[in-house]
Amino acid sequence: MTPSPDTEGLVSFLVRHGDDNTIIGQRLGEYISRAPELEEDLAIANVSLDHIGVAMHLYEYAAELEGDGASVDGYAMLRSEREYMNALLVEQPNTDFGHILVRGFFFAVYQTLLWEQLAASSDERLRGIAARALKEATYHLTHHRRWLVILGDGTAESHDRVQLAIDGLWRFTGELFEPMAADGLLIAAGIVGEIAAMKPRFDVFVDEALEEATLVRPDDPYQATGGRTGMHSEYLGHLLAEMQWMQRTYQGATW
Amino acid sequence: MSYDVPIAPGESPDEVTLDATTAGGWQLWEVFTRPKRGLSYTHCGSVHAADAESAVLNARDAYTRRGDTASLWVVPSNAIHASDDPASMFDPADDKPYRHPTFYEIPDEVGQL
Repeated sequence: MTPSPDTEGLVSFLVRHGDDNTIIGQRLGEYISRAPELEEDLAIANVSLDHIGVAMHLYEYAAELEGDGASVDGYAMLRSEREYMNALLVEQPNTDFGHILVRGFFFAVYQTLLWEQLAASSDERLRGIAARALKEATYHLTHHRRWLVILGDGTAESHDRVQLAIDGLWRFTGELFEPMAADGLLIAAGIVGEIAAMKPRFDVFVDEALEEATLVRPDDPYQATGGRTGMHSEYLGHLLAEMQWMQRTYQGATW
Repeated sequence: MSYDVPIAPGESPDEVTLDATTAGGWQLWEVFTRPKRGLSYTHCGSVHAADAESAVLNARDAYTRRGDTASLWVVPSNAIHASDDPASMFDPADDKPYRHPTFYEIPDEVGQL
């Protein structure tokens, strides 16, 4: 393993992005069996498993770096709401298919840019994780962008419902690109990139897709923040309670 | 059923008209996959999808998760015309074994076919 100039910073980076993937993976898992068609149910389950797989790879690496009994299950199942550093976007509820789609679309654009950036990391292990995740994210993006255009440019009702989801979820996109003080040394070492540098490309990609889907970004410039410092919306606690119930009730249980 | 379909700039109203035969449920598509080692496309099942591109994505999720697919086709199920009456279609071939190529000797000069 290449020694990192800042092990603590790298663990924080890996866990933060692992948290994004765990939480959206769990959210999509909640939706299994409820999609409008069997085919879409399969697609959503696939996306969910992709995210959980990425989270596992990131947590594994973090656990090895952190040592001292840190483990994948420990990160996922034994941390509380305030210790989770996921962005607010991924914990937002499955209000309807429009919200699931828009949340997934914003996240897929972000993840594609992130993995693209990390595929050039100076850290070999992270580069490997990113290369694999990039292929998955690219597919998620294709899938979500397609649905966005179908529903946005579909019937009056589908258009309105997707637009409603965009109006409600756009405020959670800014946080994805907030620079993190903890990343300073990692950026200097070329291990991770400047996350804020991806924002213009995010905007261009989103705007193009919205235009094709006859949708618009909301006028309201308000952007929510807090997830990256553990200050979450009211939804995360409930998600964690359900996800972590068994591990917390039967601690250390094995199959 | 009628649908109020918003029309995008530059789009003709005809392109976005939905009718009752397709709007209630998604169309059925037959899926053919080709393995990485080449060979021909093989029918592997069907999926529902609203259009061809979505059918490709759905087929990907339903039939290619376990690897070994290099490419796939989707074909609207109603574009397939199937044979009928097997007795007259296929039985007559059963008693004509001389039609099998094993009846003919292949000259050595031909080499491997």
